Amino acid sequence: MKAAPFRRPRLSGLAIYVGAYLVFLYLPMVLIPLFSFNDSIQAAFPLKGFTFAWYEALLANERMHDALANTLIVGFSAAALATLCGIAIAYCDVSRPSRIARTVSALARLPILIPGVIVGIALLIFVNLAGFGPSRLAIVLGHTCLALPTTVIVMRTRFAAIPRSLEDAAMDLGAREWLTFRKVMLPLSLPAVAAAFLLAFLTSFDEFIVAFFLTGTEQTLPVFIWAQLRFPKELPSVMALGSLILAVSIVIAGAAEFIRRRGAVAREAAGA
Amino acid sequence: MNVPGTLVTVTLILFALALVLFLSTRINDSTVLGAGFTFGNFVEAASDPLYRMVVGRSLIIAGLVTLATVGLAYPVAYYAAFHAGRHRGLILFLVTLPFWTSYLLRVFAWKIVLAYNGVLNSGLMELGIIREPILAFLNTPAAVVITLAHAYAAFAVLPIFVALETIPKSYLEAASDLGAKPAETFRRVVLPMSMPGVLSAALVVFVPTVGDYVTPALVGGPSSTMIGSIIQAQFGKADDWPFGAAVAVLTMLVILVVVAAARALDKRFGSRT
Repeated sequence: MKAAPFRRPRLSGLAIYVGAYLVFLYLPMVLIPLFSFNDSIQAAFPLKGFTFAWYEALLANERMHDALANTLIVGFSAAALATLCGIAIAYCDVSRPSRIARTVSALARLPILIPGVIVGIALLIFVNLAGFGPSRLAIVLGHTCLALPTTVIVMRTRFAAIPRSLEDAAMDLGAREWLTFRKVMLPLSLPAVAAAFLLAFLTSFDEFIVAFFLTGTEQTLPVFIWAQLRFPKELPSVMALGSLILAVSIVIAGAAEFIRRRGAVAREAAGA
Repeated sequence: MNVPGTLVTVTLILFALALVLFLSTRINDSTVLGAGFTFGNFVEAASDPLYRMVVGRSLIIAGLVTLATVGLAYPVAYYAAFHAGRHRGLILFLVTLPFWTSYLLRVFAWKIVLAYNGVLNSGLMELGIIREPILAFLNTPAAVVITLAHAYAAFAVLPIFVALETIPKSYLEAASDLGAKPAETFRRVVLPMSMPGVLSAALVVFVPTVGDYVTPALVGGPSSTMIGSIIQAQFGKADDWPFGAAVAVLTMLVILVVVAAARALDKRFGSRT
């Protein structure tokens, strides 16, 4: 086969551009951890000296502890709800296609096409009408909406990759729909379920725009950061908190990617 | 079986959006649902030159951000699709990773870069390039464009990559067999066939940027107020929910027009998705 003009394994201008692009993506983010260890109130060069003081101040902050607890409660609840709904919506869309299932699936992916600020005010009106108003429950509902497109897309991709014959075989052997789902479809999709849950948790964990409208007295971490930004002397501890949030996000995103890939590899090995 | 999914989508998405539409036609009396029917909110939003200017500015800023983001992302997607070899997975992972980190922190990072006493000014002074800090970095529309183009950079690579990836390799070989040089193959085969990906990338960048209020507040200053800032203010300090809802409805109409235009273009390019 003659060498195609589209595969040249050498360091081209394009490869250098990709490297520069990655530097552009990551450089501003690296500054946050860098200055979180800097012994100065200001984020400016030259660096003054190494210190853990901002992390110590942060860990001693009671309001940060409350915000962390709220973030975890909201994150787990929203991720659980979004994953449950994502499984149901994707399964019905892929395995039991009907006009309703398709409409619900399309609705679930709609939040991608709505700016966060509008999702935020829509739910703010909703929770006030429902009577409970801005609260942790309100944020859970908001984050469920935002995570739904992700969980539906991850689960749809997985369900669509399971050969139809497995499901038909279970049905031929007398299993009803629910049993087929529980004993065949769900076990085969567990890596995707785990990845969907992690990504939904991450969506909630980092989310600010919608949470801002739905926060009552109980702040989540991003809303806490927003409030701290008004005080210049809190800047270093905001950077310390930001560094921790970045680290957790990267670990969770990496874990989700790892689980998804391992699921894919195991499937190929099983010939599915 | 689909009870939880149906319940959540119908109440939290469909019903909540219907509430925005309903509230936009109500008279503000500081209750949740307002009092009486009116088109006054829309008339006010459409006739006031201040709001028209803000809408225009939001479209320009979001348009520039979309152009910059898609333009910067295209070569990266192209490299990942055709040249990356075994590094492809790693590059795609590195590009999508920032998507999963906090958007607020990405904006905040630019605030510390561009601030008066910030990283850029102090770095340039340290290097002896400037003597005095430059005020013009922060609180400008340009700062908003740069920050948003960075914050949403990673969104655009994946859709373009998917479109490039599905181009059959035989087309490229056919073009080269017919005597097309690489540049011509790119212009007449690769680029047109990747347009569906470019259009969906443009949409996923345009939609969140046009309604942003955080970036204008943190790095944009008063001269960069966008539609999102107005909506947010109506549901906060200004406390005029029906007017805020009307501005939100107008924003959704603008987005609808943009989506329809993208769809029409997509048809012209013969979408394969």
